[in-house]
Amino acid sequence: MARKYEGFMKGVFFLSAIVSIVALILIIVFMFAGGVPFMLEYGLGDFLLGQKWTPSNTPASFGILPMILGSIFVTIGAVVIGVPIGVLTSIFMAEFCPPKLYKWLKPAVNLMAAIPSVVYGFFALQLIVPIMRNFVGGTGMNMLTAMILLGIMILPTVIGLSESALRAVPRSYYNGGVALGSTHERTVMAVLVPAAKSGIISSVILGIGRAIGETMAVVLIAGNQPIMPRGLTFGVRTLTTNIVLEMAYAAGEHREALIATAVVLFAFILIINSIFLYVKNKEAK
Amino acid sequence: MPTETSTLTTQKTRNTKQLSSKLIRLLVYLSAVVTFGSLLFIILFILVRGVPYITPSLFEWNYTTDNVSLLPSLLTTLIVVGLSLLIATPIGVFTGFYLVEYADRGNKIVKAISMATDTLAAVPSIVYGLFGMLFFVTFLGFQYSVISGVLTAVIMVLPLIIRSTEEALLSVGMPLRQASFALGAGKLRTIFTVVLPVAMPGILSGVILASGRIVGETAALMYTLGTSTNLPTDLFSSGRTLALHMYVLSSEGLHVNEANATAVVLVVFVLVINALSTYLSKRLSKGGK
Repeated sequence: MARKYEGFMKGVFFLSAIVSIVALILIIVFMFAGGVPFMLEYGLGDFLLGQKWTPSNTPASFGILPMILGSIFVTIGAVVIGVPIGVLTSIFMAEFCPPKLYKWLKPAVNLMAAIPSVVYGFFALQLIVPIMRNFVGGTGMNMLTAMILLGIMILPTVIGLSESALRAVPRSYYNGGVALGSTHERTVMAVLVPAAKSGIISSVILGIGRAIGETMAVVLIAGNQPIMPRGLTFGVRTLTTNIVLEMAYAAGEHREALIATAVVLFAFILIINSIFLYVKNKEAK
Repeated sequence: MPTETSTLTTQKTRNTKQLSSKLIRLLVYLSAVVTFGSLLFIILFILVRGVPYITPSLFEWNYTTDNVSLLPSLLTTLIVVGLSLLIATPIGVFTGFYLVEYADRGNKIVKAISMATDTLAAVPSIVYGLFGMLFFVTFLGFQYSVISGVLTAVIMVLPLIIRSTEEALLSVGMPLRQASFALGAGKLRTIFTVVLPVAMPGILSGVILASGRIVGETAALMYTLGTSTNLPTDLFSSGRTLALHMYVLSSEGLHVNEANATAVVLVVFVLVINALSTYLSKRLSKGGK
């Protein structure tokens, strides 16, 4: 009796384990089947490098270069703002924070990761956007606003992973540094941080993935004009927001073009993820 | 004379050394203040803007454009989270069992499952949303409905539950299992009566985190669950979760105060969920010792 259950449950466990693989395959198949035929028909070059997105014109143009560049620029800005603050905060958490305070700050980082994107977006809409409007003029919904918000939003990702990388460095490294007469601060910077380098880099890569995939926060504050990015103080549209803005009413070729946009986004994420796995594996060795 | 210059240079290097140390300390502290300052500020900002507008009319049974009631979306959130966890938890936990207790490490299938889980964890919500729309809504013909939204959410949180189960199971010491085997218990019995109770807090904290992820989700549910303001009557009717409700309110810009009040409810929700998860994972680390 018990024997029979053993075999049966092992089968159940195995089937459950297969679900992830099946789900991933389904996602890849359905996304690519929905988007790739359009890309080929419209012309891959025209689609990826076209500078005009005018789905309601006749004939319509579906060039997504403005959105590709928009996503890349906004992400670079988020990294420039978020990574230094995030890495330094992780150093604070691992090496400078008194245990009593740490007990409160660690859950705070987790909370920061759990606040819904729409809440971040709405916060920025009511605070950063008006400030921008006052200082740089226009509507206040621009690339810089999106960069600042995404910079804040990637902080928990960067802090969490960098902190565990710093904590994984053997304590003897630190002791050696201090024994040579170096101060606590300089030992941390010159010994611990370089030793945790690959962990910190993977935290940055994960942050990049988070920034490029973020949708609902960006759509509220970036302006969303589907034109080539002109500068920090002008509105911008990203790949993610392009999909969410127009999917509600898109039909036919337009709809396929949006699915193709998601395929491009998916490809970006797959590339970023492979780099992440590569760095992680190298670290494990 | 020579001794004097040498003390002078040591003095000088010591000064620059102290200066750079101070500078590092300053930067590290400043960053921490910026990080936690912004979190505190965001939460206070939302509370100050939203709490005054939490009125009884926000909790009326039916949504109208006058009362902008959030109660239907609050209930829909609970339904969607409950159903998603009901499906995702067994699948995720069983996957963890298979990976840790049954399969050999380095096995090809294990590698494939790990890679699939890692990749799924990196997929942006909007891609999940589009996939759900193409597959559940259109291909399987479920329309914008609770079932489409729930199944999309299941795939989305699966990696989270698998990872936390794996970690929790791996933290259970081998001697426990060996003792159970030595007493004549089978593998299945060992898992359910010896390993699972010890790993439970870790698994639960992962499941709770997953519920937090669904509560905050917007992009993946917009084109699967839909945005109907009614409370869904069955699995095949549309609805909106709290986060979706808030997105619609804030993008319309007509009900800013109500959106702020909704944000408060949402943040309180997330706070409670997170506190619960932190509490449970602390219990796990205590139990481990």
